[in-house]
Amino acid sequence: MNSIGQGFWEAWRLIITFDPDLYEIIFLSLQVTVAAVIIASVIGLPFGAWLAVNRFRFRRYTIAVLNALMGLPPVVVGLFVYMTLSRAGPLGGFGLLFSPSAMIIAQVIIITPLIASISHQTIRDLWAEYHDLLISMHATRAQRIMALLWDGKRALLTATLAGFGRAIGEVGAIMIVGGNIEHATRVLTTAITLETSKGNFAFAMGLGLVLIMMAVLVNLLIHTVGKTERTGTW
Amino acid sequence: MVSILPLTLTATTAHMRGKKLAGPIDLTLDKGGLTIVIGPNGAGKTTLLRLMHGLQRCSGGAVKWAVPTPEAQQRQAFVFQSPIMMRRRVVDSLAFPLRLRGLDKAAARAKAETYAKRFGLGDLLESWAPMLSGGEKQKLSLARALIIGPELLFLDEPCANLDGRATREIETLLLTERDRGTRIVMSTHDMGQARRLAQDVIFMHKGLVHESNAADDFFASPQTPEAKAFINGDIVE
Repeated sequence: MNSIGQGFWEAWRLIITFDPDLYEIIFLSLQVTVAAVIIASVIGLPFGAWLAVNRFRFRRYTIAVLNALMGLPPVVVGLFVYMTLSRAGPLGGFGLLFSPSAMIIAQVIIITPLIASISHQTIRDLWAEYHDLLISMHATRAQRIMALLWDGKRALLTATLAGFGRAIGEVGAIMIVGGNIEHATRVLTTAITLETSKGNFAFAMGLGLVLIMMAVLVNLLIHTVGKTERTGTW
Repeated sequence: MVSILPLTLTATTAHMRGKKLAGPIDLTLDKGGLTIVIGPNGAGKTTLLRLMHGLQRCSGGAVKWAVPTPEAQQRQAFVFQSPIMMRRRVVDSLAFPLRLRGLDKAAARAKAETYAKRFGLGDLLESWAPMLSGGEKQKLSLARALIIGPELLFLDEPCANLDGRATREIETLLLTERDRGTRIVMSTHDMGQARRLAQDVIFMHKGLVHESNAADDFFASPQTPEAKAFINGDIVE
């Protein structure tokens, strides 16, 4: 209980004193997560829409696999990315291991199925509603997907935010591929793990509260910018 | 420009999951005028319209236009019984079919504003389409269909869920469009509406075209007992 109370104070102290280490960690956390969410959205949203609009032979299995991939164990993804980017791996030559880029790659692999799966479900419902209209207007496949993504954009924010939520709180994969190197690859979650292992619970709790506040703030910001939950807005 | 009509259906049938929806249908749709497709519920009116428009694949026979089918499909539009409202503002909904055809944003918006005013939606340009009333939604559907300047317009019971006033507004707009030269094919089970609008009548029953005739002749002397019963307001089974 004492640690929790101390954690609150520690969080406040770190924030209001503009602790450089804390802000460096926050900045890197946001940088890695936002980059991963953008890349995963660019891949996942159109893929989800494509999957909703198109009929092909193994569609049902593809959806089942996609849904299963939502539960990808991060440590396994981390291990896979580690082996791929390590010197002996196929992409070892790029020297990306223990860099923010490696962390972004791991997070993209983890959250793309999540974003694609949620967007597929969202677009599938909208496609059922729009199907006759878009067919009647002879919209091309690309035009259909664009129209569905555009009109479903507010619902698709949920998919993106789910991806953000998973990525910002992720620790297993980025610990493996990033290495938790101070001033290089240390982010909030890996820092919390480190401080906890050192027995520095108050500081770890402080970082945890900052992490929660950051997640809430980003969600609020996106909902405000996206004008969701307003009467008469679709 | 060469007309897409006449449209010829030859022994056309439609099935869904092994169940026959309509057919075999032999029918020719010529240029000009307003044709009403009538018949009891489940007669195949919607299926016939969807077959002609290409929304329903024919399982047998043929649907043949005077020009190649892709070209014919670009020059026709469809208005659905339940208006499909895109999650956009009225002006953007109207501009959508024009944008699909490659018109730039400013030109599409300008034309959308003109059509909105013509269809009594001028004050609702910035309203969200799904928030409109039933009558406004159907007017928007009609304007959205006509904004591309189709030669042929299909309407599937467009007034089925509307009150008398909204129905009258839609009918007035349709008659104006007919006078402008748009070929209209519309289904309804409202005999009053059929009498008010029809120049030609197609009477359907159990998936078959029982009668296709000029409206005056059809109402004066129906050729089949089913058509006669339907006109008299009897239950047709």
